[in-house]
Amino acid sequence: MGQKKKVTGKVVSQKELAPGIFDMWIETQLAGQAAPGQFIMVYPRGESTLLPRPISICEADVESGRLRIVYRVAGKGTTEFSTYGPGDDIAVMGTLGNGFPLEPAQGKRALLLGGGIGIPPLVQLARELPGETNIVAGYRDSHLFLQEDLVRLGHFYAATEDGSMGVRGNVLDAARTYDLQADLIYACGPMPMLRAVKTYAQEKGIKAYISLEERMACGVGACLGCVCKTVHKDGHSHVNHARICTEGPVFEAGEVDI
Amino acid sequence: MMKTEVTIAGVTFKNPVMTASGTFGSGIEYSEFVDLNQLGAVVTKGVASTPWPGNPVPRITEVYGGMLNAIGLQNPGIEVFLERDLPFLKQADTRMIVNVCGKTVEEYEEVVERLGDTGVDMLEINVSCPNVKEGAIAFGQNADSLYAITSQIKKKARQPVIMKLSPNVTDITEMARAAEAAGADALSLINTITGMKIDIAKRTFALANKTGGLSGPAIKPVAVRMVYQCASAVDIPIIGMGGIQSGEDAVEFLMAGATAVAVGAANFTDPCATIHVIHGIESYMERSGVTDIREIIGCVQS
Repeated sequence: MGQKKKVTGKVVSQKELAPGIFDMWIETQLAGQAAPGQFIMVYPRGESTLLPRPISICEADVESGRLRIVYRVAGKGTTEFSTYGPGDDIAVMGTLGNGFPLEPAQGKRALLLGGGIGIPPLVQLARELPGETNIVAGYRDSHLFLQEDLVRLGHFYAATEDGSMGVRGNVLDAARTYDLQADLIYACGPMPMLRAVKTYAQEKGIKAYISLEERMACGVGACLGCVCKTVHKDGHSHVNHARICTEGPVFEAGEVDI
Repeated sequence: MMKTEVTIAGVTFKNPVMTASGTFGSGIEYSEFVDLNQLGAVVTKGVASTPWPGNPVPRITEVYGGMLNAIGLQNPGIEVFLERDLPFLKQADTRMIVNVCGKTVEEYEEVVERLGDTGVDMLEINVSCPNVKEGAIAFGQNADSLYAITSQIKKKARQPVIMKLSPNVTDITEMARAAEAAGADALSLINTITGMKIDIAKRTFALANKTGGLSGPAIKPVAVRMVYQCASAVDIPIIGMGGIQSGEDAVEFLMAGATAVAVGAANFTDPCATIHVIHGIESYMERSGVTDIREIIGCVQS
């Protein structure tokens, strides 16, 4: 993993993939050091918005020096980002966090689970994992996104809450419906999904690497804003509160109390 | 040649720019972005006698022109601080100020005593954190309690003592005078202002702690006013902070009467904020014909 840097990148392209879901390619030197499951901080320009926004890395193209982020417009910062067009400057810091460990997947059947805006990091992960993978993406409705990328990277299955596409229900309903066997799981998504994934993995007796999110201020481990409860003493404060930005965002599900 | 050195309680700083406690970790976290050697001082995150777990999440939320935090002083305690964090910090050519927190007078005293022969330059006593229920702010919102804890700590401290004051009081000059009378060597102000945000989608508090400390540019005018008032009320030096983002902001605090300044939430907006503030002060001095930073300290006082 490379040194953390704050740099000014250039927006290469941006489009809306689904209502409120934006897909942006950024030309930045950070592309060369990005690992799957890591994130960047994106800095709004607005004077009233002080804090950078943590956004997961969807893809990195080392050759062209480009990073891809796919994010949901959720507030003032992401609304601002959604207005950026080709050639615009964009201030980013990264690359941050530990990312998904690839080594445990050697010779194993990996199941990738993504819920909503937790789907994007699965793209780079699926690309870098060895062997064939099963990928399940969960959406609210028929406005799917990133499925065109994911179908090329593994066996892709969709679940929708309203049943309009794929399996009705969540990602685990789809995994059960298609009887997707796995030796380990990688997951990113909302907390209720991650809790269910943790239970599912425990029942199956397999490991699950889950990516957590939390409100952040600094992104570099200084402010202690983004902690999660851990089973063992954390490395920083020794109080069972690990920093999601630094020790995470990816944790083995059995290591965190969620 | 411009002179940017300032002296507080016999300790000389190469420039008046410090980090505000809690926003810069122990220096390690920002050392990839900031050359610590350029800073006037690193003020560490609060250190207690034992590890503190801090508050539940969410601990952070953004508000217009600022942020609310309710970290609750999560820290690894003095043992780990001395073994891991201090040796790192000592490698840098900067002054080291350790922020000390506690739930009881005895806990503060223990940390202060253990820092006695460690080479730390100054101690900043946190009696103003609004986010912990015991200790801390309970000592900082009442002049008698503040006087008592300041004098107790002064008896044990081997380094000059800075008392960090809370703005969440009716008259901050009363607190400043109490700390001075008890022997404090300097004051730092302001800590965060207690605030609240409601998440209207979830119909609940944005922070798990319900309330949090407001910081960022939104609080700067309050901070400048309080620095001015305290500088008029006491003779000990003041380290001013609250919403400083630029050299110009820092100059305001210096003119209001602060001998030094600290950069806090701005580190989150830009990890290199401290360096930009230092350069901003220098460029202000250059274009205004100020050759010694001390010329402008308290220049608006009459």
